[in-house]
Amino acid sequence: MFKLVKRLTSIVAMFAVLFTFTTETMAAKKSKTLKNTQKKGFVRCGVSQGLPGFSNADAAGNWTGVDVDVCRAVAAAVLGDSSKVKFTPLSAKERFTALTSNEIDILSRNTTWTLSRDADIGLTFVGVNFYDGQGFMVRKNSGISSVNDFKAGVSACTNLGTTTELNMRDFFNSKGIKYEPVTFEKADEVVAAYDAGRCDTYTTDKSGLAAQRIKLSNPDDHMVLPETISKEPLGPVVRQGDSVWEDIVRWSLNTMIEAEEYGVTSANADMMKTSDNPAVKRLVGAEGELGAALGLDNEWSLRIIKQVGNYGESYKRNIADTGILPDRGPNELWTKGGILYVPPAR
Amino acid sequence: MNFKKILPQLLTLVVVILVFGFFSYNAQVNMENRGITFGYGFLSQESSFDVQFSLIEYDGSHSYFRAYLVGLLNTILVSVIGIVFATIIGVVVGIARLSNNYLIERTAAIYVEFFRNIPLLLQIFFWYFAALRALPLPEKAEPIFGVFFLTIKGFFVPAFVWNNIDIFTYSVIAAIIAIVFVRLYAKKKQENQGIQTPVLSISIGLLIILPLLSFFLGGVDASVEIPVIEQLSKTSFTFKGGLKLPPELISLALALSLYTATFIAECVRAGVQGVSKGQKEAAASIGLTPNQVLKLVVMPQALRIIIPPTTNQYLNLTKNSSLAAAIAYPDLVLVFAGTALMQTGRAIEIVSITMLTYLTLSITISIFMNWYNKKIAIKEK
Repeated sequence: MFKLVKRLTSIVAMFAVLFTFTTETMAAKKSKTLKNTQKKGFVRCGVSQGLPGFSNADAAGNWTGVDVDVCRAVAAAVLGDSSKVKFTPLSAKERFTALTSNEIDILSRNTTWTLSRDADIGLTFVGVNFYDGQGFMVRKNSGISSVNDFKAGVSACTNLGTTTELNMRDFFNSKGIKYEPVTFEKADEVVAAYDAGRCDTYTTDKSGLAAQRIKLSNPDDHMVLPETISKEPLGPVVRQGDSVWEDIVRWSLNTMIEAEEYGVTSANADMMKTSDNPAVKRLVGAEGELGAALGLDNEWSLRIIKQVGNYGESYKRNIADTGILPDRGPNELWTKGGILYVPPAR
Repeated sequence: MNFKKILPQLLTLVVVILVFGFFSYNAQVNMENRGITFGYGFLSQESSFDVQFSLIEYDGSHSYFRAYLVGLLNTILVSVIGIVFATIIGVVVGIARLSNNYLIERTAAIYVEFFRNIPLLLQIFFWYFAALRALPLPEKAEPIFGVFFLTIKGFFVPAFVWNNIDIFTYSVIAAIIAIVFVRLYAKKKQENQGIQTPVLSISIGLLIILPLLSFFLGGVDASVEIPVIEQLSKTSFTFKGGLKLPPELISLALALSLYTATFIAECVRAGVQGVSKGQKEAAASIGLTPNQVLKLVVMPQALRIIIPPTTNQYLNLTKNSSLAAAIAYPDLVLVFAGTALMQTGRAIEIVSITMLTYLTLSITISIFMNWYNKKIAIKEK
């Protein structure tokens, strides 16, 4: 019997391999992903199927969002042009398989960094580009003003295959409340079902709730409860085993955050080359040889700042100005009371 | 042995083994490179996610294997409901297609053409979201017969609370065994003496009387629990007690049976039309009543034509039930190949188990239908 299972498994494995046919061995010194990206001329980036503020395509197919900007930053650093990105919209269920099976090279899709994801399934998280937490949305007229008002029998709509599903259970269990989880694969169906009244509450990351609320038929009839029931550090993910590529993505993100810290923007980046501050000069490539350490030229970080902007610009453009979350909350620099703190680029 | 005959077979076998071997080796290498481990040990780990609707006791403290069983049973449940209703609707519509009444014949034809030409996924979405839009909120639901409540949060029906349910179960089993004996006796009697026994009414009688006796003599007791409305917050309500059928199950079963019924209807029509007219006329000429003609002459021959394509439809329905994932019905694909896959990241293991499960389900249905087909096939004596 065991033999049979094993044999059948190999058959199934075959199907998995069909997608990863262009097999590669990751050398420690040079990056195959970097080489392939330069050869192809574009960065392959996995994004969401439409989450305003994070990754969302307009009618013309132009992607915008803070998650999208991470991929654009990498494209600017590696290929010199932030527009050279091929976006692949993925469901929560497909996202990790797409990355491990080599269909994409960066997964920047509001993905929560957890131990098991980082360690167990061949992925590596490179950083956090948005600190989030799970919340609940309810109808304003329901009289529920806090998570403590939920009663046994409450039905909650959410996306399947997310940390949300697990947090929800932890939360309701700790309160001793029996609840009914209604889970859909696509966010649009969750919104539609909640909107129709199938569920009493809609739960996901608070940024997601803020973004999806706009899609409801009467957004003003709904509100997000004040409590946050979990930590959801969202960040870009790469395949395990290519540490050079991992470093490139990590430091592309860090560059955007550090640029904001030193006041370097897309508008003044060129002028900063003559700055008095050595840290700023390093950031725009006027001092030091930081690019070489990543296998890139020395202007890589300057291009990121000029073409994509710093983190603050990206946040303002995508999340604040669109009215999703005007208040930066924890996603403010550590110097301004937030928790954005990146290691120094030197 | 003819070497020339065996050689091509042998070559094919070698090629197949090589191809499969190459792919599985490749998978192993790739998984190793990416630090992905392989194994089925995760099945005994705690699942830590809940499921909305389950036939067996389950919550997040149970194992992934139990979650698999929950999904599997839900898949079987919706498939069985779908198959039963698709068959009933299919047979009725199929016979209606043969009706001499123009209106009935046209209505059936329009139904068939309409429902079989719209993609199933679309129909599932239609029934689900149409149901969500059309059904009332729990507090506004009008009771049906005073005890059934059809609401947006589900169909709430009274549930039985049993005492001594095992004795009741035994009585049902005893009734079934008795029916088998009655049938055997009736068959023998007909073969020996040519006398027909009303087997059907005796069977129904047995099936009612024996379980009924268990109530009076066996101490079996069933009380009915009626759903009661309960307030969750100022404007949100639900029902407590009784049995709850989620709207996802209802709309999925509805969509599956309405869709598959169109194909079964065509099978039935083809089957009945496939019996030549001469057979009916010959049967009538030897003095059989119209009912006997249908039961003894037309149906046995029509079934031989109907069963094989209908088997395909049953298989299709079972496999199509995996579209449940789109509307939050917790079937095998949603619970196991969805949530469990995501939480463990064990894509190859879980997909392999899921494929194997569907294969087993399909083959089981197939074997049963083949057995039935053989049973009704022409027996050459």
